[in-house]
Amino acid sequence: MAKYMFVLFLMLSGIISCGPKNFYNSEIDGKKIPVSNEYTADTEIEDFIAPYRDHINNDLDSTLAWAPVTFDKSKGKWQTNIGNLMADVTFEKADKIFYMREKKHVDVCLLNHGGIRATIPQGKVTTRTAYEIMPFENSLIIMALKGEQIHDIATYMAIGKKPHPVAGMEIVLDNNNSVKEVTVKGKPVDNNKIYYVATSDYLSNGGDNMMFFKKATAQYDMDYKLRNLYIDYFKETDTLPVNNTERIIIQ
Amino acid sequence: MKRRDFIQKTAAGSALVLGGLSLSSFTDTPENAKRITILHTNDTHSHIDPLAADDPKNPNMGGAARRATLVEAIRRENPNTLLLDAGDIFQGTPYFNYYGGELEFRVMSMMKYDLATLGNHDFDNGVNGFYKQLPHAKFDFVSANYDFKNSILDGIIKPYKIFTVDGIKIGIFGLGIQLEGLVDPKLYKEVLYNDPIGIAQDMSRILKEDEHCDLVLCLSHLGFAYDNEDKVSDLALASATKNIDLIIGGHTHTFLSKPYIAKNLDGNDVLVNQVGCYGINLGQIDFYFEKGKKTAQGRTINVG
Repeated sequence: MAKYMFVLFLMLSGIISCGPKNFYNSEIDGKKIPVSNEYTADTEIEDFIAPYRDHINNDLDSTLAWAPVTFDKSKGKWQTNIGNLMADVTFEKADKIFYMREKKHVDVCLLNHGGIRATIPQGKVTTRTAYEIMPFENSLIIMALKGEQIHDIATYMAIGKKPHPVAGMEIVLDNNNSVKEVTVKGKPVDNNKIYYVATSDYLSNGGDNMMFFKKATAQYDMDYKLRNLYIDYFKETDTLPVNNTERIIIQ
Repeated sequence: MKRRDFIQKTAAGSALVLGGLSLSSFTDTPENAKRITILHTNDTHSHIDPLAADDPKNPNMGGAARRATLVEAIRRENPNTLLLDAGDIFQGTPYFNYYGGELEFRVMSMMKYDLATLGNHDFDNGVNGFYKQLPHAKFDFVSANYDFKNSILDGIIKPYKIFTVDGIKIGIFGLGIQLEGLVDPKLYKEVLYNDPIGIAQDMSRILKEDEHCDLVLCLSHLGFAYDNEDKVSDLALASATKNIDLIIGGHTHTFLSKPYIAKNLDGNDVLVNQVGCYGINLGQIDFYFEKGKKTAQGRTINVG
């Protein structure tokens, strides 16, 4: 009898331990593996990527325009040649589109110094140049600001003491960096007038502490990436203009 | 029957007869032990090529073709492997600007990715831009807290997917970050965001209790941890849920030196891992299974 019991016991334990659900997680090992050059590139994938890479490189490196000088954001206390270029180009392009769509003209363009991410070296200007100076996906937006906020822009510039790219307006400061005079397109600012300011969507949301944009009475999304704006400009331009006009003037 | 297998079977059989019911003698034989390998990436951000040789932080690291070699070597060692991604596949190099994510999806398909979730940047060409590239992805996406009901992705992205690998049932659900304030509404359109914690509690219950999964994994793009404790993170998720074995994270580009062991709502261990960004690292988590009943001392976790 004991013998049969033992056999039955073996059979039962066999059934239990061989059941499909009888595995349990006893141990976990976890680690990070750096993907270094000790792993050779998979040739099938490498060959697949190659034509895409070649196309992009050819496109990025083909010459669109010519830079007669190096455009450098580190040279200049109140304005830089690259800042002037970007503000002027953005102003010009934004004004065209804005007039086409809304029958209104852009009055001011304001970008930020921190948003210029590279220099444009003297020599050929390519699509890659546009990616380097503008790696972000920021797009063009037009903000409707009252004259009061145009004065706020001037105060912001005077306090921040950074050469933020600006076009369409002139700010005159005295020797103590106090705002003496603000003009837009050569005329004194009217506090009750609405001014149309072209900027990036990033700044329009108060980026870089540009809180005056939060007081906008209207905004117009141009659905146009700034990088594409520069690429389009480079394509239609032979030699980049060098404009050193002062936009912030110390008297 | 292979000679090695035969010897192991014979040895196991003798142990049973001679030694009674010592289960320990069953371990480490193919019949009595299983191993599931989970490989994962996050925030690869269109980094198809390795980083530049003059990159200030990670020169000459990463690269999809190298990752493929590494993944293949691990699969050869253990065919019971899943390859997962925790989102932000898109945006970061001109490959994305030129081809809109086509190359990223095609290369991941060649690497045989099994599953991914969506990061905020995967909406960068809009919900339509993502949808347009889906035919190039031979793997699925999961997201449990994004409600796609009124969007073009309705019915395409499921909350979870269950894989049965070597008889082990693995349930994987996805979680995405709050889109408002992070992604332009005109890009994510009708996609709605739901509270990840509540959803994760439901998901882990469904996968564990209703679907009887042996392993429950979460692919999360919530971010590892935040100074603002009100913001939902992987660590907050870990402590507010139960029955999750592993949270694979993304978004914060967190380079953990080793997987983090957190405590869940029941006081049990839950692994949280994230491997930085740009395909610089691959995460590897091996789950070992033994035949028998779960013991009181629980499971051993080795990290690093």
